Amino acid sequence: MVLDTHDPLKGEMVEMLAPDGTYTGPVEPPLDDAQVRRIYEDMMTLRIYDRKAVSLQRQGRFGTYAQMEGQEASLIVSTYPLQPQDWMVPTYRETGAMWRHGVPLKLLSLYWMGNEFGSHMPEGVRVLPMSIPVGSHPLHAVGLAYAGKYRRDNSIAITYFGDGATSEGDVHEAMNLAGVYQLPCVFFCQNNQYAISVPMREQTASATIAQKAVAYGFPGVLVDGNDVFAVYAAVHEAVERARRGEGPTLIEAYTYRMGAHTTADDPTKYRDHDEVAIWRERDPLRRVQVYLAARGQWSEDWEHELLESCTAVVEEAMNEAEAVSEPPPQDMFRYMYAEMTPALKEQEASLLSQLQKKD
Amino acid sequence: MAQRTLLEAINEGLRLEMAADDRVILLGEDIGREGGVFRVTEGLQACYGRERVMDTPIAESGIVGMAVGMAIADLRPIAEIQFMGFLYPAFDQIINHVGRMRNRSRGRFGCPLVIRVPYGGGIHPPEHHSESTEAMLVHMPGIQVVVPSTPYDAKGLLVSAIRSAEPIVFLEPKRIYRSVRQEIPDALYTVPIGRARVVREGTDVTLIGWGAMMQEVTQTAERLDRDGVAAEVIDLRTLSPLDIPTIITSVEKTGRAVVVHEAARTCGLGAELVAQINERALLSLEAPVQRVTGFDTIFPLPQLEKYYLPTVGAILDAVNHVMTF
Repeated sequence: MVLDTHDPLKGEMVEMLAPDGTYTGPVEPPLDDAQVRRIYEDMMTLRIYDRKAVSLQRQGRFGTYAQMEGQEASLIVSTYPLQPQDWMVPTYRETGAMWRHGVPLKLLSLYWMGNEFGSHMPEGVRVLPMSIPVGSHPLHAVGLAYAGKYRRDNSIAITYFGDGATSEGDVHEAMNLAGVYQLPCVFFCQNNQYAISVPMREQTASATIAQKAVAYGFPGVLVDGNDVFAVYAAVHEAVERARRGEGPTLIEAYTYRMGAHTTADDPTKYRDHDEVAIWRERDPLRRVQVYLAARGQWSEDWEHELLESCTAVVEEAMNEAEAVSEPPPQDMFRYMYAEMTPALKEQEASLLSQLQKKD
Repeated sequence: MAQRTLLEAINEGLRLEMAADDRVILLGEDIGREGGVFRVTEGLQACYGRERVMDTPIAESGIVGMAVGMAIADLRPIAEIQFMGFLYPAFDQIINHVGRMRNRSRGRFGCPLVIRVPYGGGIHPPEHHSESTEAMLVHMPGIQVVVPSTPYDAKGLLVSAIRSAEPIVFLEPKRIYRSVRQEIPDALYTVPIGRARVVREGTDVTLIGWGAMMQEVTQTAERLDRDGVAAEVIDLRTLSPLDIPTIITSVEKTGRAVVVHEAARTCGLGAELVAQINERALLSLEAPVQRVTGFDTIFPLPQLEKYYLPTVGAILDAVNHVMTF
């Protein structure tokens, strides 16, 4: 059990799949070959999506977009231990996790294209819309977890945030509240080393983020965020703990954002090529590829098949999103309240009459 | 029917609605064992347990942010913030999430929560305990703001707020928590949100107020009666959304209006009311609408408190101005 064996105060990191693809974990891997193949396919889909999204942004077809390349293992595998009744409370860098927890890629693309309907989650999908203000949303996961505990409905909540968010007061309040009420809540921090431009060492004097959990009275664990087995083992244990009523867990997934913060950012201003090259060697996809190949589970043919099928999935989703017609201006007013107020009705009418005059 | 103070009426509304709906959960600082710093929630934890009446850590943003999650999960959280000056740490949650969740998710996730906040001056407290910054909340889209001034309205509006699908900030005029009594029904009843109440009818001037200032406003109207001026008094009760038709109907009848609030003057709600009246009833006006308000200063400590809050004298002066314009 990784939570007991890896002390964050000693900087111990859960690692099971070395960057060169060597497996170093328990004799029985936490994921079987079929699962790892599936994860590889998901990660590839996500990488293709991410690169295509950046390209669409450059063409003006996507709005400002938050990139995920390098963080695929954290984003994909952290969802594998979840069940449909579990709540996910993400930020803007969790397109991949949201997708794996039930939000169609078409909808996520619609969001990035600038249509709020991209956050209209399908019925039964327990994923909140991406939260843009840094660090204020983990509190919502705490409230959802409280509701799950109150109803005894066997649900848990998982929330995602970055290294920079840990400096926000609300993240402290969220972890403190979750600890006080022993809530079924998993705090999944993707430490991708930079909060836009500010490096982790200027964000906190703590040696790790995981160790902050010690002060809140619940377990924290540092994992190699580019290692599918390590991420799975930690999240699985945290989710099961939460479901058993044993309270929250903080997981620090140590990873790296290969791209920019968003398409509006220039990372060459704050980090050098050597550093990026080192992390390129720690790529989460390649190490899974090597692992599968060593077990006779990967071939060039399969790789080509995957590339083709994953690309098709991504393109179909994006095309479908692009085919959605622009929403009417009334949509600005329609969803402010359950029942539209007289002032909004008046303002809507005023806008519509303005627009009619222009026609 | 029973005689109740405004505070008792709120307690009764909470108690009955908790009995009627097990999704209703109270959370806040010192609201359990202590019954709240004003004792509004007295006896509720003993009745409904710690799971439903939660003593929270001192974390206002945490309280409101947690309530957001609870509301999305279809509970009906009622957060208590001890004083309006301590609501500000929760503004990030209120502005960035509470008022936006429905719109952000295009109607998929509502945020049906109530934030109860004792507000206003006149109780001789330390700094930060006398705030009346309701205009900041009214300015923010996506939330609604309710302020009762009587025990009857307090209970009925609270029950409406709890049952509403909208997120509601429920401001409680703490200065008159215990000083106002009224016979109210024992059972559950509702008072509609979004409707002002014409407290008394009159033909000469319209006095508009809300919350604790309704005391001074109605006293002013009684004084004016003796001088032969018939004032119509409107208690807004809901500040967002505003009941504009009731105001306009009255001003069209009287031709004169005075708005009274204890909040600071500049960009106070009075400014919006004057603008609305000017936009819709300018030609009915016999005089410019006057505002009687607090000052654009920090609310003073107890020694200067009496100079800050609008008085009957100040309201009379304003009425005199519009009557003789």
